[in-house]
Amino acid sequence: MTTLPTDATARTYEGPQELAPRKGAGAAELMREVGSVLRMSEAEVAAMADADPSEDQTMILNMGPQHPSTHGVLRLMLELEGETVLRSKPVIGYLHTGMEKTGETLTYLQGPTNVTRMDYASPLFNELVFSLATETLLGIDEDIPARAQWIRMLLCELNRMSSHLLFLATNGLDLGAVSMMLFGWREREETLRLLEMITGLRMNHNYIRPGGVAADLPDGWRDGVLRVLDLCAPRLDEYDELLTGQPIYRARLQGVGVITADEAMALGATGPILRSTGVPWDLRKDMPYLFYDQVEFAAVVGSYGDAFDRYAIRLNEVRESMAIVRQVLDALPPGDYRIQDRKVTPPPRARIDESMEALIHHFKIFTEGFKVPEGEVYCAVESPRGELGCYMVSDGSAVPYRMHIRGPSFVNVQALPHMLRGGLIADAVAVISSVDPIMGEVDR
Amino acid sequence: MSDTEATSGFEQESVAGETESAATSEPETRFGQPVTYSPGRSGRGSGKDVLSGRGSGKDVRSGRGNGKRVQQVLHPSRDELVDLVRTLRDNEGFRVCVDVTAVDYLVYEAPRDLPPGVEPERFEVVVGLLSHETRERLRLRVQVPAGDPTCPSLFDVHPGTEAPEREVYDMYGIEFTGHPDLTRILMPEDWDGFPLRKDHPVGAIPVQFKGVQNAR
Repeated sequence: MTTLPTDATARTYEGPQELAPRKGAGAAELMREVGSVLRMSEAEVAAMADADPSEDQTMILNMGPQHPSTHGVLRLMLELEGETVLRSKPVIGYLHTGMEKTGETLTYLQGPTNVTRMDYASPLFNELVFSLATETLLGIDEDIPARAQWIRMLLCELNRMSSHLLFLATNGLDLGAVSMMLFGWREREETLRLLEMITGLRMNHNYIRPGGVAADLPDGWRDGVLRVLDLCAPRLDEYDELLTGQPIYRARLQGVGVITADEAMALGATGPILRSTGVPWDLRKDMPYLFYDQVEFAAVVGSYGDAFDRYAIRLNEVRESMAIVRQVLDALPPGDYRIQDRKVTPPPRARIDESMEALIHHFKIFTEGFKVPEGEVYCAVESPRGELGCYMVSDGSAVPYRMHIRGPSFVNVQALPHMLRGGLIADAVAVISSVDPIMGEVDR
Repeated sequence: MSDTEATSGFEQESVAGETESAATSEPETRFGQPVTYSPGRSGRGSGKDVLSGRGSGKDVRSGRGNGKRVQQVLHPSRDELVDLVRTLRDNEGFRVCVDVTAVDYLVYEAPRDLPPGVEPERFEVVVGLLSHETRERLRLRVQVPAGDPTCPSLFDVHPGTEAPEREVYDMYGIEFTGHPDLTRILMPEDWDGFPLRKDHPVGAIPVQFKGVQNAR
């Protein structure tokens, strides 16, 4: 084990997790950061390391974990030469709460309350992927009522809107466009109000559950959705006027944090980062789940792989989400909002007074939970940040034997050193913001 | 690639059904590796089946009846892993490594779902691969013994496995040989033990804080 310094100033010391000084790391660190991704030979990396200034001309700067624009508790260690970033390394784990371990003690019905707290900006996607994995293991994934599936789509797209609006707000704030922060927050609040009306909570909804959704849509939901759609459409055009065409904003974002398609795929980056490089990969289109193959929408693709493309992709994905929501409004069928399988779905409250079986099922489901056949499964959905996956192993009991969430932010964050290299420290904030990491999901 | 064509798509799905019934026949292989199938969404046209497959009268309770949406799993050994992943990347289009994780099967109650010839071990490293061209997923399950918890690193093939492999090391103590920077990633540097191991207790551990001079 590493010996840690004991003085008070070193309480955040993370040993070898931190960025090593150049004389200790040298070409090896550079190879890890750049060489492997670009498929450079060790000789090329060594030449690159020689071209970099020596240690007495650089300084290592700690950015975060308490920094307003690192979006939570992301800590970046940057090696600077003047204002230019050379090496950098994200140090994460400050929000780690052991949610995968916790998930091994919660039943499949309690599971969504746990996973929904991971990516707190788009909680419904976590619940969705957890439910899909559970249903696949149960073998009931084809029997989920159509209405439940469409409601899930409706809620997820509303959630994607609120998540991207949050991105637009914070991206504006990070770059000094404070008015955008207020506007983005205002519109996000409208969608959150709608989600609160439908699910009962603004965040951490626990609404999508194995077997369907928690409750049917409430009275007046359609008017609420239409109101938000009508409200957001002109305001997105306002954002376009405010930011997209604005010279200062463009100058801050264009050509900043560039990544190519090959690099993005080598690093496992997904979502808007991958699409900004021109790869039209969207799980909703390419490996459709729910009823995404029955709605018309476009996968928004960039071409330069820079921070501006990632901004533009998210802005236009809000529009695509609104188009999907409108189609869901037309297509939503009547029917059940959850599967009528008494082993999985709790019986309605009223039945408990009349039926012994209902009482037993109610008791069983809420005390020991329902048993899931043994097996292992990986399910993935397209969250606002990329591929959100759930790997679940069951041993036939009522709790998952292993529940692993593949968080898109966790993988995307490791693309940061690559995007930051050679840029200015002032642009670092823009790059972090354009990756849009949610630390709850990075650290889980 | 020719055997990929032959066993992909709908044909391969019927193969999955047959193996189910005739379990005594010799083990199926793909890319020279034993292959098993899990329930769930494979790639191609999976969404379409959501409607058409409904009410087909299959035994959905078994979790295996939905033959059209199986997930393919390969079972390479530790020594074969890196070469296999490299071949899959260069020749078969599996250019993205989506995920690396692990499972500790220490207290697993049910029989292990492994093809004949694969010896069950305590740990299992699970690698998720994705092909954009064929829209297919492939999962590799590598057995890692408790006595020698090491596994070759995929960093040279897919640099994106750097953080996930560190997480597996952090949580399970499985060392990835050839990893350039194998340190803890989520837990504090001075943490004792590996939290996601099944013998790491929940709730019974002393709260570990660092740098506390006079702990109360």
